[in-house]
Amino acid sequence: MSNIKKIILDHSQLNLTINRLCFEIIENHISNIENSVLVGMQPRGINLAARIHQILEKNTRKKIKNGNLDTTFFRDDFRRREDILIPKKTSIDFTLESKNIILIDDVLYTGRSVRSALDALISFGRPKSVELLVLIDRRFSRELPIQPKYIGKSIDVIENEYVVVSWEDTEPTVTLLNEQI
Amino acid sequence: MKHLSVNHLLGINELSQEDIQLIFHMADSFNEVLNRPIKKVPTLRDVTVANLFFESSTRTKISFELAEKRLSADIVNFAANLSSLSKGESLIDTVNNILAMRVDVVVLRHPNPGAAYFLSKNVDSVIINAGDGCHEHPSQALLDSYSIQQKLGSIKNKKILIVGDIKHSRVALSNILCLQKLGAKVRVCGPSTLIPKFLTNMNVEVSFDIKDSLKWCDVANILRIQIERQNLNFFPSSREYAMLFGVNKKILDNINKDILILHPGPINRGVEVTSDVVDSNKSIILDQVSNGVAIRMAILYLLSAKMKSKY
Repeated sequence: MSNIKKIILDHSQLNLTINRLCFEIIENHISNIENSVLVGMQPRGINLAARIHQILEKNTRKKIKNGNLDTTFFRDDFRRREDILIPKKTSIDFTLESKNIILIDDVLYTGRSVRSALDALISFGRPKSVELLVLIDRRFSRELPIQPKYIGKSIDVIENEYVVVSWEDTEPTVTLLNEQI
Repeated sequence: MKHLSVNHLLGINELSQEDIQLIFHMADSFNEVLNRPIKKVPTLRDVTVANLFFESSTRTKISFELAEKRLSADIVNFAANLSSLSKGESLIDTVNNILAMRVDVVVLRHPNPGAAYFLSKNVDSVIINAGDGCHEHPSQALLDSYSIQQKLGSIKNKKILIVGDIKHSRVALSNILCLQKLGAKVRVCGPSTLIPKFLTNMNVEVSFDIKDSLKWCDVANILRIQIERQNLNFFPSSREYAMLFGVNKKILDNINKDILILHPGPINRGVEVTSDVVDSNKSIILDQVSNGVAIRMAILYLLSAKMKSKY
């Protein structure tokens, strides 16, 4: 790809980062991990959530619930775009009432998707707490007061650059692109 | 993803196959929303919908109203018998007055064919046809096809039978158009007085033999016999209709084939279909009702998405 500006995390760095995030979760949740659930945000957060879910279950030897959340109907840009917003699948077949939720996305940018996810979560019950986990935090580009608790890596990126995690590859990496592909 | 090709839902005739599949895709998402503990999303919170029903309706009206409420739209309801229409006001004046109150979407049921089309040309808001005389009832056809697709996986090359009063039925016409656009083979069956001649031009098979037709089909959509039109003597009696065209368990057992049974409601139990069929596991009549809300949410969502934002 010609528009690759730089590699932010190569495959082994990505694995290390995800493992560290998992141990941070375990450190904070181990006393009551049965009450913790993972929720991956559609479309790209679900891959990270699935990886984290696998590692957490392996390391804690406990069953942990993992769901996917689409936030389309809660977004604030309906009727403000040229294209139409088509939702992906939401699959949360358990209640979130009184649960400690770890909301997971791959890249945090303006914070607007997370805002809509917070609203969407409430449809499944009133959680005890919600924490945000992101693989990449694009600092200084937030448009809403949203702050992640678990951060893989913080980067400073200008507006026209894009961060992409290649989940579909056998050895995924995180790259910075000059323009959106 | 592309928008719907239409700005109003006037009939299935104006929709493309892609439009229908887009509506079905959105309905899948709304079905998931309707299974959540809290079944409401804020998407249409800045949209006002007027439900104008110039003809009586139970489930279509409730279904649209519920769909609008689930999407957080504001609603005004209008019933013809309680309005200024009885004082001689014309349709266009009534609607213009309602629109002057800044209504974005109008859901219209009217006894005259073409009423929705007429409104769409004369007022500046989104029109959804909820039944116009003997012409079309697009949302019903969409939910029927969606329910069939949900059960059978696909509609393409499936054999669908529509039984009953085809002549007066907007459900029949919209269903034929929708099913054919999705690649189904359609046959109608009913008394010859209730089968319009133009059907042969629409590539629809016509039969007067219910047993043979049931043997042929994968799905049977049984329409209501419109008892209110009985004084016109299209057939001698409800009893004779039940004997010649009624679907009952005995006939279905003899055929020994898995047929899905649909009915748009309201059902005359014992006339066009017996209770043991309505309440059997072959019937997806209640799925049709649940899917109706999801389909109407999809229609409202997709048409509203094309309106300009007010900000």
